[in-house]
Amino acid sequence: MKKTALITALLGASAITAGAAWAEPVEDTLIINEETELTTWTDAPAAVEGALPEVISGWHFRGTETRAMQADDFDNPGMIFVEQAMDAWDTVEGEAGKSCASCHGDAGESMKGVRAVYPKWNEDAGEVRTLEMQVNACRTENMKAEPLKYTGTDMTSMLALISSVSRGMPINVATDGPVAETWEAGKELYYTRTGQLELSCANCHEDNYGRMIRADHLSQGQINGFPVYRLKNTKLNSVHARFKGCVRDTRAETFSPGSPEFVALELYVASRGNGLSVEGPSVRN
Amino acid sequence: MTMTRRGVMVMGAGALVAFGLPMRASAAGEDAIAAFTGGADMGSEGLTLTAPEIAENGNTVPIEVDAPGAEAILVLAMGNPTPGVAEFKFGPLAGSHSASTRIRLAGTQDVVAIAKMKDGSFVKASSNVKVTIGGCGG
Amino acid sequence: MADNVKPRVKAPRKARAGETVTIKTLISHPMESGQRKDADGNTIPRSIINRFTCEFNGEMVVDVTMEPAISTNPYFEFEAVIPDAGDMKFTWYDDDGSVYEETKNIALG
Repeated sequence: MKKTALITALLGASAITAGAAWAEPVEDTLIINEETELTTWTDAPAAVEGALPEVISGWHFRGTETRAMQADDFDNPGMIFVEQAMDAWDTVEGEAGKSCASCHGDAGESMKGVRAVYPKWNEDAGEVRTLEMQVNACRTENMKAEPLKYTGTDMTSMLALISSVSRGMPINVATDGPVAETWEAGKELYYTRTGQLELSCANCHEDNYGRMIRADHLSQGQINGFPVYRLKNTKLNSVHARFKGCVRDTRAETFSPGSPEFVALELYVASRGNGLSVEGPSVRN
Repeated sequence: MTMTRRGVMVMGAGALVAFGLPMRASAAGEDAIAAFTGGADMGSEGLTLTAPEIAENGNTVPIEVDAPGAEAILVLAMGNPTPGVAEFKFGPLAGSHSASTRIRLAGTQDVVAIAKMKDGSFVKASSNVKVTIGGCGG
Repeated sequence: MADNVKPRVKAPRKARAGETVTIKTLISHPMESGQRKDADGNTIPRSIINRFTCEFNGEMVVDVTMEPAISTNPYFEFEAVIPDAGDMKFTWYDDDGSVYEETKNIALG
């Protein structure tokens, strides 16, 4: 029996050693289309002062091939959905007879910088809005069209288009003023343990980033790269769909995409990445 | 040394961690090779198969084949339920006898490429790709 | 025909006579393998693009036979020789009989 234990210990130790070295974020530079250099690793913003020494995009936690796939718009499968959204952008829908382009013209011009500041306060509505909420407000109020499903392909593709034209610009969401209360609620949620596994967001993404979880690397859980094209499900994934998956994995009943809890969490998590470049649509495993 | 049930289980788990769980190559893969080569001998020089040592997800694994002077290159995933992946036939305007694509691997296994050269000979290359399983429900 | 099938091609607009150029192609397609089951346990029928060809002025560059092990949104990168100005024609053949085509003109220069 002693021999068995020794063999197991040796095998186990070698697996952990190999794994630990492999899980560290990779030092590399993300340059899109050989022209746009993105900030993917930078000083910690105010939101994570004392909690993280620096903030790192999930891009650094991925393998060589996955990282390369994001560096060229043709190799990035997320860009197919951007092209589909470009068609949707020009398509008239709803009783008002308008398309996105009717009011906003060329998305490449009018949407530049928009992704970087969401979620943000909407004065007229008196609420914190995610970009999805704003897209649907535009559709229902201005176009008189049906809202899009919060995490559906049409919505996520539209977000990919809007994000893509801000790539390289720093995430800069406000955390004070009228959003302060929502931001605090999001922070509270981030540090609250949920589910049978009793895990908070922080347990994985603050305390253990750079380590392995089973055969995968734990990142800081930054959301500057959303929407994310995942090799796993070969489609674009939205922030709230990812939140839902994470909370589910703690074996908890999850909040719904678009719920006030997830809106607050998105605001808080986005602010943890203030200073990182907008990357969406990014490529992850 | 007496083996307890727990001891055997622990040892088994340790072995899995260390070596992964290789997929068994199917007879269908060998049949596909025979159909392509007609059972001819295969050389080992002149065909490069580039594949990651570790694939982050088996759903999208980038590979490249390159065989200067090849007429056609067959790619097989020997551990997939059906081993066929693709066959590249190069025409007169091919700028090189190479191609890249993205493939699905059902698990850790050997990816095999076989080039049919202009003189009718065959060359084989093989690459073991370890497919990892994600941390959070994949 | 599968929904939202959209071909993308990256090819140079110009080439020197006899130059070798790199071509990249990608088409949005689910490539349903025939190996998966739906929520009720029924096998989802296979529906893939089974062949891709690239021709230049009617002469073959590459002809690819595709199996279900090609990933969703099939991607190919290869090289072509451009002997003269002309049209590069890309064709994808779907299991359901649909054919998707794209043409890129390449000028000399």
